[in-house]
Amino acid sequence: MVNRPHGGRLVNRVVKGRRKEALLEEALEIPRISISYERVIDLLDIAHGAFSPLEGFLVQEDYLHVLHDMRLHDDTPWTIPIILDVDPDEIVGLKEGDDIALFYDDKPIALMKIEEVYGWDKKIHSQLVYKTTDVNHPGVAKTMERKELLIGGRIDLLNDPPNRFSDIVLWPIETRVLFREKGWRTIAAFQTRNVPHRGHEYVQKAALTFTDGLLIHPLLGWKKKGDYKDEVIIRAYKALIEHYYPKNVVVLTGLMMNMHYAGPREAIHHAIVRKNFGATHFIVGRDHAGVGNYYGPYEAWELFNEFPDLGITPLFIREAFYCRKCGGMVTEKTCPHTDQDRLKISGTRIRAMLRKGEIPPEHMMRPEVAKVIIEFENPFVE
Amino acid sequence: MSEKIKIEISKEVYEKAVKLAEEAGFPSVEALIEFLIEEASESTEGEEISKEDEEKIKERLRDLGYI
Ligand SMILES: [Zn+2]
Repeated sequence: MVNRPHGGRLVNRVVKGRRKEALLEEALEIPRISISYERVIDLLDIAHGAFSPLEGFLVQEDYLHVLHDMRLHDDTPWTIPIILDVDPDEIVGLKEGDDIALFYDDKPIALMKIEEVYGWDKKIHSQLVYKTTDVNHPGVAKTMERKELLIGGRIDLLNDPPNRFSDIVLWPIETRVLFREKGWRTIAAFQTRNVPHRGHEYVQKAALTFTDGLLIHPLLGWKKKGDYKDEVIIRAYKALIEHYYPKNVVVLTGLMMNMHYAGPREAIHHAIVRKNFGATHFIVGRDHAGVGNYYGPYEAWELFNEFPDLGITPLFIREAFYCRKCGGMVTEKTCPHTDQDRLKISGTRIRAMLRKGEIPPEHMMRPEVAKVIIEFENPFVE
Repeated sequence: MSEKIKIEISKEVYEKAVKLAEEAGFPSVEALIEFLIEEASESTEGEEISKEDEEKIKERLRDLGYI
């Protein structure tokens, strides 16, 4: 059966109909705070239930519990603090209990009740969430740029801002209906920010051997320079699915969610979010959500041991490569041969070849997938 | 994140639960019990969706080619 939402109830803070009209009017009259696009994405994830059981940005008690115990104050597992930062001068005259309107691009996006305003220590935050205070870490860099105070409180989403991916984004209630409609009882979710190579295909199919369905769930939205563009990832996956997956075992849909590069903590977060989408299993790969050399390659796997109550089953699948002697895709666990017979799949090499318009060798990437990618004038984020 | 209530269970079961929670790494007996009960519940529980909304969702899924 489709998995239960995290915390037991799928949150829905999307305001509709007449109430929406009334609240939109109210939004124009009450104090407003402008928020970044990244906070808009957080708002969408909260309101549409991807972050269930969160109903808003964390209040201090939950924030501290998440920071130190990786759980909300009621012990529900939660590893990444979802917080709204403000400058003191943005909230002059406001007090706890007041309603504010959150604006993006001069448009009201949501209402929020200020339950609490509190300070935070960005160094402690970085050390606990990212295990480093090194500003070369992209998550730490972002943290250091954030404002001095945090406000916690429930939100009500009034507007989904225009989104060029609306045709490929499904929210949890939609994937839940979809999985039930398909009759899937077990669903393995796959997190990605990449175009698929043979190693990805291998781990997905390894999972699919045991589950009814596979949810391929690329993160859309914020990307860093040199990443594959969102539309390239989607098109590449469509080609892979068309040519190499049976009909009706895969759902490809984009997820609007911020990336933190918090390694092990973020792996747990990714699993929780996919549970809300109805997945029963979550594929955790090598150096999941990692960056640079900040985390051990399989450190994320160990952290799952601390969450027996996560409510979604992690599938730990090692990095795959091609072995000439075995004659196929294998992992360290399934192949006894040495590096002489093994052809590693190098993301860096694939990238370099695609950049030159070349098709990588077939043991690294399916030619149909490569072809779609090199058809783009520039498949990478500038 | 929801409201909490108290329940009574036999001392033997409670002691078993304490031991089990500790061994399995649950932070508390409450977390263990909530987890087990949730595991045993039906999957549509926890979703608040009207028949009408469900039809709208199915229509969108059809339009997008998912079903
Ligand atoms: Zn081999």
